[in-house]
Amino acid sequence: MSTSPHRTTTPGLDAHLVVDRGSFRLDLRLTAAPGETVALLGPNGAGKTTALRALAGLEALSDGHIALDGVVLDRPRGGRRVPPEHRRIGVVFQDYLLFPHLNAIDNIAFGPRRRGLGRAEARDLAAQWLDRVGLGDFGKRRPGQLSGGQAQRVALARALAAEPSLLLLDEPLAALDARTRLDTRVELHRHLAGLAGPAVLVTHDPVDALMLADRLVVVEDGRAVQEGDGESVTARPRTDYIARLVGLNLYRGTASGRTVRLASGEALTTAEALEGDSFAAFPPSAVALFRTEPDGSPRNTWRAVVTGVHRHGDHLRVQLDGPIRAAADVTPAAAAQLGLEPGQEVWAAVKAAEIRAYPA
Amino acid sequence: MPAKRTRQRRRVPAALLAPAVVGLAFLILPLAGLLARAPWTELPARLTEPAMLDALRLSLATATTATALSLLFGVPIAWLLARGDFPGRSVLRALVTVPLVLPPVVGGVALLLVFGRSGIVGSWLHERFDVTIPFSTTAVVLAMTFVSMPFLIVSVEGALRGADLRFEEAAATLGAGRWTVFTHVTLPMIAPGVLAGAVLCWARALGEFGATITFAGNFPGRTQTMPLAVYLALQSDLEAAIVLSLILLAVSVVVLASLRERWTAVA
Repeated sequence: MSTSPHRTTTPGLDAHLVVDRGSFRLDLRLTAAPGETVALLGPNGAGKTTALRALAGLEALSDGHIALDGVVLDRPRGGRRVPPEHRRIGVVFQDYLLFPHLNAIDNIAFGPRRRGLGRAEARDLAAQWLDRVGLGDFGKRRPGQLSGGQAQRVALARALAAEPSLLLLDEPLAALDARTRLDTRVELHRHLAGLAGPAVLVTHDPVDALMLADRLVVVEDGRAVQEGDGESVTARPRTDYIARLVGLNLYRGTASGRTVRLASGEALTTAEALEGDSFAAFPPSAVALFRTEPDGSPRNTWRAVVTGVHRHGDHLRVQLDGPIRAAADVTPAAAAQLGLEPGQEVWAAVKAAEIRAYPA
Repeated sequence: MPAKRTRQRRRVPAALLAPAVVGLAFLILPLAGLLARAPWTELPARLTEPAMLDALRLSLATATTATALSLLFGVPIAWLLARGDFPGRSVLRALVTVPLVLPPVVGGVALLLVFGRSGIVGSWLHERFDVTIPFSTTAVVLAMTFVSMPFLIVSVEGALRGADLRFEEAAATLGAGRWTVFTHVTLPMIAPGVLAGAVLCWARALGEFGATITFAGNFPGRTQTMPLAVYLALQSDLEAAIVLSLILLAVSVVVLASLRERWTAVA
């Protein structure tokens, strides 16, 4: 049976990416099952693109391994390194990188041609792919004559026409304007859902990640800081970065029963009982603001100072400083009634039922 | 305010204008003189003289061969200089460009010393294959290649350095090996640079004089190219020299015009 050191038994992608560049170190474990789309979500400079380049073989691993469908493609310790052209890993690059000297058909036919298909066969296949991405009439266009959304679809068709065992997408929607982005996202989702193999998507946009991926891996400073499906990651963020992305106020503290005591000394009363190191989170919409101390109900209340007010959708987002720094959403009418402006003191209140607590 | 802009643009400092005008006159006058002294009525007859046609044919053939050789060897050299990762690359780059600044006569002498019958390569060629290079058409081609290939190398290397490597990476992820990447992606993308280099190379080869006369001599029909014919005609037949010069001038202008078109097309 397969006793070769270059084989494993895991289907799909199984990788431990270690890239050491002196000041920056990427150390990321990443798996993706056949048919699964995994999003690497993180801020710029987190190492997402480096991870993608390492998977494609465009960047050398310092340590770790990459195995795809049981075949080891990269393992520095075993002296194993399959060059990019033999990995069968398709990449949709951030700015597409369509060959400017070839028209759309020949760009797509490039992969099939390298696989040994004849010119005519490869062009037929390319034409089918072009149809599949809805650009059947654009085959003769050069990349310079395509719009951003069209170029994105040609780039996707080009990567898929090479029949990759793993598809990588680097910020596939980042270069598009807002409207094109919506349509392209829907179409991209359709193609990703139809893939037999795994796909890894790199993005700094949580909406892209949530809509396109089955699973999220949040990357910060070269490491995975949180992993899970979209619901769990957005509902229970574990870093400020994710909390900001999904618009939650996030705190870390020590729970004792239904109280989470923060590092600042303040305590938040939560709905669930918990013990030990914990996170507490609530959305800005859960924060109510008052001119005078509200009385009665079992609420979390504290005195705060308004540091900023700006539009956020159809309401106003108010930044609060004080013992608990938070963002609060109020309606313009409420803001006018309260006379909110920077420097003003207010009372903030959050119902215990609105605060989620979960173990750190 | 267009009016204001026109006025401002006209105000060229006299300290710049005066030398510019003198310099332009210096560059243009000789060409005008050539045209003024041209024996226009005799031109058709002169142009079809066998000796003239021989020189023209030889020049075009040798310059084209030299350009082909420069492409064949120069493009790989340019690739090594632009993409290679080896010690002494900058030294190599300096060596390759030496013929650009070397007086062509010195180049001819150097070629003679190496490829001459007593030279390192020349003696071996003579003994092994009974081949003698100096004072042959081959020598003309070698002399031209020696002085003109650096133009091609410099131009192609510049194009390679300016090329976006990510396209080559994209090609690799699509299954293209290194050679396929070079022929199907790199080369087409730097084609304008290669073409510009080849045109410059060809023009330089066409005008080659010093290295050719030193290494290949001046034998009509065999090694006497246009510039050599011009020089020789000058001693006996001024009008012939003018006609030959006009032809070279015409070729230069055509080359320059095509290059400019290319450059503006790229820009």
